Amino acid sequence: MIAEAGHYALVLALGLALIQSTVPLLGARWRDPALMNVARSTALAQLLFAGLAFAALVTLHVTSDFSVLNVYENSHSAKPLLYKITGVWGSHEGSMLLWVSILALFGGLVAAFGNNLPLSLRAHVLAVQAWIAGAFYLFILTTSNPFLRIPNPPMEGRDLNPVLQDIGLALHPPMLYLGYVGFSISFSFAIAALLEGRIDAAWARWVRPWTLVAWIFLTLGIAMGSYWAYYELGWGGWWFWDPVENASLMPWLAGTALLHSALVMEKRNALKVWTILLSILTFSLSLLGTFLVRSGVLTSVHAFATDPTRGVFILLILCIFIGGSLTLFAGRASSLKQGGLFAPISREGALVLNNLFLTTACATVFVGTLYPLALEVLTGDKISVGAPFFNLTFAPLFVPLMIAVPFGPMLAWKRGDLFGAMQRLMAAGIVAVLGVAFAWAWARGGSALAPLAIGLAVFVIAGAASDIAERIGLFRVPLANAVRRARGLPRSAWGTAFAHAGIGIALMGIVCETTWNSEYIGTMKPHDSIPLAGYQFTLDGLTQRQGPNYHELAAVFSVAANGRPLSLMAPSKRNFTTRGMSTTEAALLSRGLSQLYISLGDTTPDGGIVVRIYHKPLVLLIWFGPVLMALGGLLSLSDRRLRVGVPKPAKALRGLQPAE
Amino acid sequence: MRRLLAILCMFAAIGLSAAHAVLPDEVMSDPAKEARARNLSRELRCMVCQNQSIDDSEAPLARDLRLLVRERIAAGDSDSQVIDFLVARYGEFVLLKPRFEPQTLLLWLVPPLVFLGGGLALWMNARRRPKAAPQPNASLTAEEEARLAALMSGEAPAEKS
Repeated sequence: MIAEAGHYALVLALGLALIQSTVPLLGARWRDPALMNVARSTALAQLLFAGLAFAALVTLHVTSDFSVLNVYENSHSAKPLLYKITGVWGSHEGSMLLWVSILALFGGLVAAFGNNLPLSLRAHVLAVQAWIAGAFYLFILTTSNPFLRIPNPPMEGRDLNPVLQDIGLALHPPMLYLGYVGFSISFSFAIAALLEGRIDAAWARWVRPWTLVAWIFLTLGIAMGSYWAYYELGWGGWWFWDPVENASLMPWLAGTALLHSALVMEKRNALKVWTILLSILTFSLSLLGTFLVRSGVLTSVHAFATDPTRGVFILLILCIFIGGSLTLFAGRASSLKQGGLFAPISREGALVLNNLFLTTACATVFVGTLYPLALEVLTGDKISVGAPFFNLTFAPLFVPLMIAVPFGPMLAWKRGDLFGAMQRLMAAGIVAVLGVAFAWAWARGGSALAPLAIGLAVFVIAGAASDIAERIGLFRVPLANAVRRARGLPRSAWGTAFAHAGIGIALMGIVCETTWNSEYIGTMKPHDSIPLAGYQFTLDGLTQRQGPNYHELAAVFSVAANGRPLSLMAPSKRNFTTRGMSTTEAALLSRGLSQLYISLGDTTPDGGIVVRIYHKPLVLLIWFGPVLMALGGLLSLSDRRLRVGVPKPAKALRGLQPAE
Repeated sequence: MRRLLAILCMFAAIGLSAAHAVLPDEVMSDPAKEARARNLSRELRCMVCQNQSIDDSEAPLARDLRLLVRERIAAGDSDSQVIDFLVARYGEFVLLKPRFEPQTLLLWLVPPLVFLGGGLALWMNARRRPKAAPQPNASLTAEEEARLAALMSGEAPAEKS
């Protein structure tokens, strides 16, 4: 009954999407406010029905209704409640349902909070949203229906893939999708602007908060996924340049570029055509990511060919939307007028440089991810493109970009003073040199380049700090004045500083972890003890434990530093009975910003066990960086001048005041 | 070769059911050679896995390849000889960083080309813009020119209404 209701809700949502995708456009054409307002009510109703369908699937999973195929294949009655809920999006069908629900959520938000948008713009935006939504509802209903019943319901389910039975699944996919799908708003705005043939600085102001929201979630989603892989996969890697990761990195790089170019457009009315193109490309890359992950093309080109329905359908959506929007762009872009001249050395110039680097980085990931697929389809030759390729191509792009980051906010709009900026960054430069010297003196072994990379990270962080110091006149005016100015500083200025410092912090973590990480790989027996990086690890014993839907072998280690016992660490290997799969549960112990990491291998017949013990210095910075970046985004979003849905009169008053 | 035999014996003795990324019995006694083996392992793909290097992979094939790499190093091969040996045996697919060859030309050239192309477009744009900017002044109509000339000569013509 619930399954049928959910299915029906999904069909109704499709119907609403079809209305929403046509009627408001006719309304805009005939200048009929009543017809244009249909967009608002249908978007809200669509959100309601997509939400109901999603709630229905959650209910089915929670109640373990194994007469539904999706529940049978991905759930088990003994599974803990949290994983019953998160298991909803652990499968292909459920994850697509989450995708459209989030799409409907964003459409609903535009409808609910877009009161200050011009009526025809809102009608166009929501209509474009409905085109996307309609295509994906059709996809789910025809190829990936999560509400299918089984004629003879089995007693027990097949359980969720054990690797997914983790708190990471509760957070990572929803956040990633909020990011991916959030970029649909800037896409819809771009298409709406092209359809209307009208675009101005106000457009950028409406788009930027939405882009920022999507970017914040995508940043957190990627960081979350990276940390999940780090502790779940058992060898302490945190980024693998896997095509699935690349699929999320591409929209992130393009979205970051979009945030910066929209800034130029909003403040200086320049880069309009480019901003529109980036909005289209960013969401196109999100769609591409969905295609790569959901079509099975990554496992093998042949897997895609043997069961092509889903893949071909998404490929079709991909081609129609990307091809259609780019054609529209090519036809209409020339009619958009360029404005706002600026000298090469200026804030605008710096932001353009940022865009050049980020776009190139994005193109690199794109070609690296798709080249092997294309080559195999075209010539049948198989090649691999993996981490060594990306490491080699990314470094030359990111080093100059990072050097340039502190200069950007120091330059004035229109015409900047590079020499002045250098003078103001002198202090940051000195701190960076000290950082290099410190890393050089302190480091034992490792690459000679590592201290320089540390210096670069310090430069970016110190540069962000000097930007704030410069703005509030720290050390130039009395301290009380500086504090007062700091309080009066726009939140977006703080946002910029935090986000930029976040990159430096992440870089520092990456350099430290990859250069000075130490490891021990060996077989240990109970009461064996080994030293690593100043810590003493003793294997106290091995125990068998029983969990709700698995049994596990746990090893208890006692860790000591300088002869004093610190803590116990208990890594384990879990065996999930239903699927016969096992997972490694690493034990982590944070020591300040560094971590100790133990994971287990197989047992040996003589009572020993293979263990891997790692000391990862400053590894936590790798994820603190993105969190700080997201925090910066949040601060910028909370800036009153950018607040979503500021009522009209207030906007008119502050209309001329640029937001950063 | 003696080393390999020793490893094989140990392998047989332990009788591991499932292999795991870099196992204790694989580690070479010479730390310098082991470091070389680890570095090479990170560049080589486990061909039955999805995008994993043989250094990370738990698959039995990855273990075989790791042992093969160490065998070649022990036999005195240089890094590039080891790579050549593996490519000759398993094809280009085994390399995680493809070599610069006709069929990977585009792969390697896209990043620099996008960067240079973008830079060139920006440069051209920057050069063209200042020239384009003063144009509105130059494109006055004949009527406006006449009015401007009259204004300049101080004989403001009476506004006709």
